[in-house]
Amino acid sequence: MEPFLGSLGEGFLWAMGLIGLNADLMSRYGLRFLDGVWVTLQLVGLSIVFGAVLALPLAIARVEGGKVLSRAAFTYSYFFRGTPLLAQTFLIYYGAGQFREQLTDIGLWWFFRDAFNCAVFTFTLNTAAYQSEILRGGIQTLPAGQMEAAQALGLSRVLAYRKIILPQAIAVGLRPLGNELVLMIKASAIASVITVYDLMGVTRLAFSRSYDMEVYLWAAVLYLLMVEIVRRVWNVLERRLNRHLLVSR
Amino acid sequence: MLNLLELLSFGPNGWGDEILQGALLTIELALVTLPVGIVIGLAVAVAKDSRSRALRAVGDLYTTVFRGLPELLTLFIVYYGGQMLLTRLAGYVVEGAHIEVNQFVAGVVALGLVLGAFSSEVLLAAIRAVPKGQKEAASALGLSGWNTFRLVTFPQLWRVALPGLSNNWMVLLKDTSLVSVIAISDLMRQTSIAVGVTKQPFFFYLVACLIYLVFSGLSSIVFTALENRASRGFKRVGGH
Repeated sequence: MEPFLGSLGEGFLWAMGLIGLNADLMSRYGLRFLDGVWVTLQLVGLSIVFGAVLALPLAIARVEGGKVLSRAAFTYSYFFRGTPLLAQTFLIYYGAGQFREQLTDIGLWWFFRDAFNCAVFTFTLNTAAYQSEILRGGIQTLPAGQMEAAQALGLSRVLAYRKIILPQAIAVGLRPLGNELVLMIKASAIASVITVYDLMGVTRLAFSRSYDMEVYLWAAVLYLLMVEIVRRVWNVLERRLNRHLLVSR
Repeated sequence: MLNLLELLSFGPNGWGDEILQGALLTIELALVTLPVGIVIGLAVAVAKDSRSRALRAVGDLYTTVFRGLPELLTLFIVYYGGQMLLTRLAGYVVEGAHIEVNQFVAGVVALGLVLGAFSSEVLLAAIRAVPKGQKEAASALGLSGWNTFRLVTFPQLWRVALPGLSNNWMVLLKDTSLVSVIAISDLMRQTSIAVGVTKQPFFFYLVACLIYLVFSGLSSIVFTALENRASRGFKRVGGH
């Protein structure tokens, strides 16, 4: 297997050299770039999932919560949507360093000392704000009759949300949620500024050593590839999940 | 707490004036980028609306690329790539010439390219929202091409485009923070310098965040006023 893969790699590099790319550079940094892509995918995947978990109570607080709760949820999303992600990342990463003793006391320092964790944490808080807005918008487009009908059927409020309201709200918000995923892939490049070796971080490292612009072009191609794949997959997903809403053609 | 506020004072002991300068540079950067991005966006929108297939393809490719790339990457490509390209070009003229790209210009170009991609979508939708009959009616009334645009097409296009453009502006305002990475002394970088000296990251980055919030709050007041003005001749459904 090993020699086979080796010759496959040789062949790939030869082909790359043939179309004018720097094969030497690629053999030195190629695998690192793949590692970088993996770190980027982890950053985005974890943040989006945790963000979704956080977005649900936030959106419901906006709609159902009393004055205090809905005001608090609004302030949260106003803050995270109105400030740059870079500033938020610095606030949490460097801010955590300032509170090292307190964080050690409550046993959380191990989490915040790691740049990757801080990036995931910040991105989660950020995307939760955007996702909660999307979800809230989705819930509020539904006619009040949906909830009334559910309650007339004897469903509890929780059950009505689970079975009636949320599935429809998510269907409405599917497209903006896809956009948010794309935005998150792009925004994740910010993690490289706090020393995370995601795709952007690896690219910056490779550039600082080689001074070859080509590495930025690889990164550009890889990011565009990720974004395009997400966009296509999302289109298919949307068509499948919303097929009951499609007008017959 | 009092000590922290003292850190924000103006003068040699406080960072208030440095941070304010940074904030002004952030605004300046965003305001200079805005027309650049809108002009690019308008050109790309016209290309995407044209009858020529090649032009449409170019327009689509442009938006796909600059909407898909991370803004940080675009910035690096423009900054380092521009530097290398210009140095090479200058090398043909003067042997061994080296050109430094001004960071502010690189920032404007990179952010302008990104804004162009996003605003082209908004402007394209707005162009298409103006019915053809409007133009035909204008020419029937004997209006010249420029007057048709100024008095008939533009006011209608503007009303449709404003909410989207306001969104683009808010994103731009936040994206300007990225230029701090290539050492422009904007709000973000000045804040980082203050943090480096005072070792108060949480406080200073929070202040920076609040300043960005003030900017976006002020912007939304301006845009609401503009939108109200632009739609003064337009009755909404269930309107007032």
